[in-house]
Amino acid sequence: MSKNSHNKLFQTIFGSIAHGVISFVDLFLGSIQKLIGIKGVPYLFVLPNLLIFGLFILYPMLLNFVYAFTGGSAFFPDNRPYVGTRNFERLFACENFLVPNSCTEDLFWRAVQNTVVYVIAQVTILVLFALITALILNRKIKWRGFFRSVFFYPCLLSPIVVGLIWQWILQDKGLLNGILIGLGMSRMPFLTAATWARFWVIMVSVWASMGFYTLILLAGLQSIPSDLYEAASIDGASNWKAFSNITMPLLMPTMTVVIVLSLIRAVQVFEIIFAFTGGGPGTATMYLVQFIYNYGFTSPNKQFGVAAAASLLMAAVLIVLTLAQMAARREEVY
Amino acid sequence: MKVKILFVLFIITAFVLGACSPAPVEEPVVEEPVVEEPVVEEPVVEEPVVEEPVVEEPEEPAVEAVELRFMYYADGPKQDLILPLIEKFMAENEGITVILDMVPYQTIDEQLPIQVEAGQGPDLARITNFAIYKGKLLDLRPLVSNPEEFEANFATPILEALGYGGFPDEYTITGPYVNQTLFEQAGIDLPTGETTWEEWTELTKQVAEATGTDYAIGIDRTGHRVAGPAMSMGATLIDDEGNFTIDTPGFRQFIELLKSWHDEGLMPNELWLTGDALNNCIDWFKTADMVMCMTGSWQINGVAADVGDAFDWVVVPNPTGAGGSTGIAGGAAVVAFADTEHPEAAAKLMEFLYAPENYAALSGGGLSLPAHRGVAEAGVDYASDIPSVLAALDAYTAEVPKLQDQAVFLNVHPFAFAYYRNSANRIAQYLAGELSLEEMIANLQSDIDTAIAESN
Repeated sequence: MSKNSHNKLFQTIFGSIAHGVISFVDLFLGSIQKLIGIKGVPYLFVLPNLLIFGLFILYPMLLNFVYAFTGGSAFFPDNRPYVGTRNFERLFACENFLVPNSCTEDLFWRAVQNTVVYVIAQVTILVLFALITALILNRKIKWRGFFRSVFFYPCLLSPIVVGLIWQWILQDKGLLNGILIGLGMSRMPFLTAATWARFWVIMVSVWASMGFYTLILLAGLQSIPSDLYEAASIDGASNWKAFSNITMPLLMPTMTVVIVLSLIRAVQVFEIIFAFTGGGPGTATMYLVQFIYNYGFTSPNKQFGVAAAASLLMAAVLIVLTLAQMAARREEVY
Repeated sequence: MKVKILFVLFIITAFVLGACSPAPVEEPVVEEPVVEEPVVEEPVVEEPVVEEPVVEEPEEPAVEAVELRFMYYADGPKQDLILPLIEKFMAENEGITVILDMVPYQTIDEQLPIQVEAGQGPDLARITNFAIYKGKLLDLRPLVSNPEEFEANFATPILEALGYGGFPDEYTITGPYVNQTLFEQAGIDLPTGETTWEEWTELTKQVAEATGTDYAIGIDRTGHRVAGPAMSMGATLIDDEGNFTIDTPGFRQFIELLKSWHDEGLMPNELWLTGDALNNCIDWFKTADMVMCMTGSWQINGVAADVGDAFDWVVVPNPTGAGGSTGIAGGAAVVAFADTEHPEAAAKLMEFLYAPENYAALSGGGLSLPAHRGVAEAGVDYASDIPSVLAALDAYTAEVPKLQDQAVFLNVHPFAFAYYRNSANRIAQYLAGELSLEEMIANLQSDIDTAIAESN
């Protein structure tokens, strides 16, 4: 049988199947449309997703408000007494916000301080590394496709896997210390000294998520018309001039999206760190989400109210960042 | 060729039309193999026929088919021991099916309380945090055949803590494991008689230095284990009225000693500084990287299995101090929940499990100390001929009479677990340099007070 007759056969087969399916769907939807009218059909389509969204997102969000304004250790909202803003007051009961020990909920303010430092450092390093990597991968280098895959690969790994792998590398008797000892050097407290742990937490999270942002920036770089660089080259512009006067201004909308997205993700950081350091040493790498998780779930005295109040405060920060992202996108479109 | 194409088209058209046509036309065809299954499973169908004679016995009208869910975490070989017992129970009690959900301890610790609170809990479970289920356990006394025997066989404070809704299935005692081989290699004799924590610190330090061992001494990362040495130094964690008091000279003394272990590198930093969960020093001990590990009787199985004959180990008598001995009592309990739909069946299973022969089988096979008075008095036939294991069991049994009262009451205190977890995290903060000793003690006291206030 020739190739053409094969194609025709497949077209006929799949055409028949498709026609059968469409006829069936048409019959089904047609009768529903008669019942609810043409205007009701779109709502029918979004209904399944809306139900799932309502059940797993909206309802828990509403419950979160209930928990935030109620107290006690009971699980069911009905059994929890209304306490007004007491949980929020507890979180904000502080003599000096910069000295966590002066606060009633000192762990919350430690988590806030850790998160602020982490977000600033991680986003700065992440965006810088992603930009440099994107610039390199945008050039015509050997094995470009391979390197693009290599940088993106960590994004495919589960955060828990990333955390555990790096824990095995960096723990006291881990791979890196083994190498150091093999080289005649002394063991380093990578995960048991606060400064080292903070450093590695940032580096590991940058390693794990850099590929994603590199890809966005790479797309941004590839959308810059090449004739602009050719014109600049004819005018005798140096590489730096071309970068600062062409690349950066035209890449700015993409950069803004990358910065805002990475900021949101940095504020939400949890899984990697939980598996990697567990928030230690002490509370040096305990961030906001872990504080909420600990208070709500692992603490022997379940403090759902305080955890819910803290999560609402974090949500407020995330809403501001999301609005900034939306504004940045609008700017990019126009 | 055309004939072939037409044939294929015919088949596909038939398939499509078949798919689009009303379902009943195709159903018999699809379900044909399913029809065969009941034939294969005929013996199952026969069961009710076999059970029919039961109708003739008017005395057993209550035997209805009930299903009990039993959430169980197993330490050591208990998983292999509980399964045959459950099968034996089901064989003896037709109509009662027990579904054993084997879960890790973390599930018992974190998820079970929420499941029970939400009314979605199992009928029975094996737990360690007694206080959290206050008022939620099934009082077994009206349901078991001999409530006097039930009460007589277990310590009253434990039964009261459980609301008589279960029984302790083992007794645990904290105490230190020592690497005897390292002592021999260092040419240092194991101390005899009463020895303080300071003396053990010095001895293990000498052994570690002499043998090039990484760490001299360690203690599990939990307030439960810390409480013992602190009490031996005079700490009174629980006062006469049952209140938790952290700030005592004995508590300070041991925390400062712990800090010195940490600062001098006698104890692995990772043991207390990483994570916010229970870390065990036994992992370092088993690999001969630690001379002495302060943990408890539940580790005997693991040490015996993992160390093998790699080195000789021994459980030494607990260090003592001005306050008395170091040991802390603890253990797990099997409980039935009050909202079970089958209280009689649940009580029946409980009665079966604490029957002396079954209880002894679990204790003997699991190498655990019995909390059942009758079993303890009769003596347990431990399933091991390893001298170090038997010696360890003897050593822990010898600790029981030395326990301080507060060391027995700690684990059944309603807020024991608030103290355990919070103290581990606060002490870790102190060791990491985030808090001073004063701040650590004040914050820990505040954590426990808050837990009590929230609970009320």
